[in-house]
Amino acid sequence: MRRAESQTPMLKSPMGKMPIVIAMALAAALSALARPATAADAIDPQATFKAFRDYFTKRFPNVPLADFVNGPYSMDAELRKQWQAIDDFPPYDFAVERGKQMFATPFANGKNYGDCFPDKGIGIRQNFPYFDEKSGEVITLELALNRCRETNGEAPYSYVKDEMASLTAYMAFTSRGKPFDIKIPDDPRARAAFENGEKYFYGRRGQLNFSCASCHVQSAGIHIRTEVLAPALGIMAAMPIYRSEWNGMGTVSRRLVTCNIQTRGVPLDPQDEDYRDVEYFLTYMGNGLPVSGPGARP
Amino acid sequence: MRLHKRFLLAAGFCLMAAGAAPAASSEADFKAALAAAEAAEKDAGALKNRWTVTEQALAAARTAAAAGDFDTAVAQARQAEALARASVVQAKEQAEAWRTAVIR
Repeated sequence: MRRAESQTPMLKSPMGKMPIVIAMALAAALSALARPATAADAIDPQATFKAFRDYFTKRFPNVPLADFVNGPYSMDAELRKQWQAIDDFPPYDFAVERGKQMFATPFANGKNYGDCFPDKGIGIRQNFPYFDEKSGEVITLELALNRCRETNGEAPYSYVKDEMASLTAYMAFTSRGKPFDIKIPDDPRARAAFENGEKYFYGRRGQLNFSCASCHVQSAGIHIRTEVLAPALGIMAAMPIYRSEWNGMGTVSRRLVTCNIQTRGVPLDPQDEDYRDVEYFLTYMGNGLPVSGPGARP
Repeated sequence: MRLHKRFLLAAGFCLMAAGAAPAASSEADFKAALAAAEAAEKDAGALKNRWTVTEQALAAARTAAAAGDFDTAVAQARQAEALARASVVQAKEQAEAWRTAVIR
């Protein structure tokens, strides 16, 4: 990864006899004028996507592109063997079955989840999250499911596990193999949400001063104790996941909350705007990669 | 000789004063320290960057105060304030510093 670090200028004025201090001040003033605006229209998601993809494919040339969705198993042969053995009896199967039943069960008003989604909610995981131009916010699958419940007079579920994990596991299962197709509409609010997600991904937080990127970019593929850190490319594709560490299923929200706690940061509310935006950013980075969820992780 | 005795006496008092334990913290000291810590933590919360260790120190301060141990309570509240201030500094610094880590 190339870092855009500030560098001390050479102590030689490019402007002949002009004192170096004045030259530096002039250069700073000119660069301030020339600096691209941080406004949303200056954000280029396609360029970000290309740089992100190039970074991982060049760093891990032996990993087939589609295999990045398998996270740590794409990085470590021994771990992959264990996963393949576990996958004979996938630990998320119960969640998929439960989610299927829940999905088919009508609400008290007679409607069901399928009524809230395109294609009756089957095979649509690859389109989430999306930017809703009406409300001007990112809508995750978890948020859409709870809004569906509330619209139909039902109480919302916890965003982190149990019923929500089962519903999203089933919906992901019906979309397996479909390529992610996250869109960023030509709307400055959508680009701003994308950039906010990027900011959250690269920003350091918590007493340990870690960012998401500290583990999933700089340290991808490296052991942290007994675990192998997953690459950020394709990291959303397997959600929701069964984690041995949790002894159960967890949603994207649960993963983000846990990450924050591990850096000694107080987690945000599970569907906080920052969490939704970082999911938007990361899922867009995985565009074209296949849905592999629900997944299993150590 | 008399001067010598006075000198020894004065030196003895000085040593006693230097070795004496600091004055015990009062409930008022704790309340002041807690208010400062809570204000700093509120700032961190506004920046969405509270730290778990700050919350733990605040809880420990309140627990010690409830048990009447104001020395510990004040120490924990001051620790919490220092941590909260550090988290505010981190958030302000990262508001722009994140850009230096972006893959380009």
